[in-house]
Amino acid sequence: MTLPPEQPPDVIIKVVCRSLVPFIQLFGLYVVMHGHSSPGGGFQGGVILAASFVLLVLAEDRATLRHHIPPAALNASTSAGVLLFAGLGVVCLALGANYLDYGPLPFAEPRSIGMLVIEIGVGITVMAAMLSIFRDLLEF
Amino acid sequence: MIWSLDFVLLVLSVVCAVAAVQVRDLLASVVLLAAFSLFMCLLWTEMGAVDVAFTEAAVGAGVTTVFFVITVFKTDRVSRD
Repeated sequence: MTLPPEQPPDVIIKVVCRSLVPFIQLFGLYVVMHGHSSPGGGFQGGVILAASFVLLVLAEDRATLRHHIPPAALNASTSAGVLLFAGLGVVCLALGANYLDYGPLPFAEPRSIGMLVIEIGVGITVMAAMLSIFRDLLEF
Repeated sequence: MIWSLDFVLLVLSVVCAVAAVQVRDLLASVVLLAAFSLFMCLLWTEMGAVDVAFTEAAVGAGVTTVFFVITVFKTDRVSRD
């Protein structure tokens, strides 16, 4: 059994999904930003952001993902999130504390800001990894 | 924590899990697995583990279902064992 042949997407499905995507992405960003104080966090927010792109691809055609996010950018951001995570830990080391000890960071509330940066790194990596799996499954 | 609500959700999730293993049509199996994820998500919310429930709703019921449906379309729809 193969994937059904590509059909021109129905205009109702297309319009509804396209108008839904920004709200899903806004919710994903909210989940990432409030991960340290409420349920949610980088992983869940990243999955929600990835799901918004999956919805966009399902509503339109398979070239949409490649059009919105080029494959090189997807691979680069998978690594960039990990780099952000590990880089903040190394910055903490350089400032004289332990790895990922946010205490000496030069911000007003160093632990909140440090955790936020970590969550953003996790969110970027999870979103890019989920979309990479999705792209590889579609193009397999 | 409401005991009777917990019990109903647990019975529904066990029914969905057993049906997902037993059914021959793999696409139906994927849909039953998504339903199982939904009931587990409700169960976890009801027991106070909101963070786990959030992950279950986003990953279990959302993204993995899409991945499984694509995989079923790329391979075979009927289970042979």
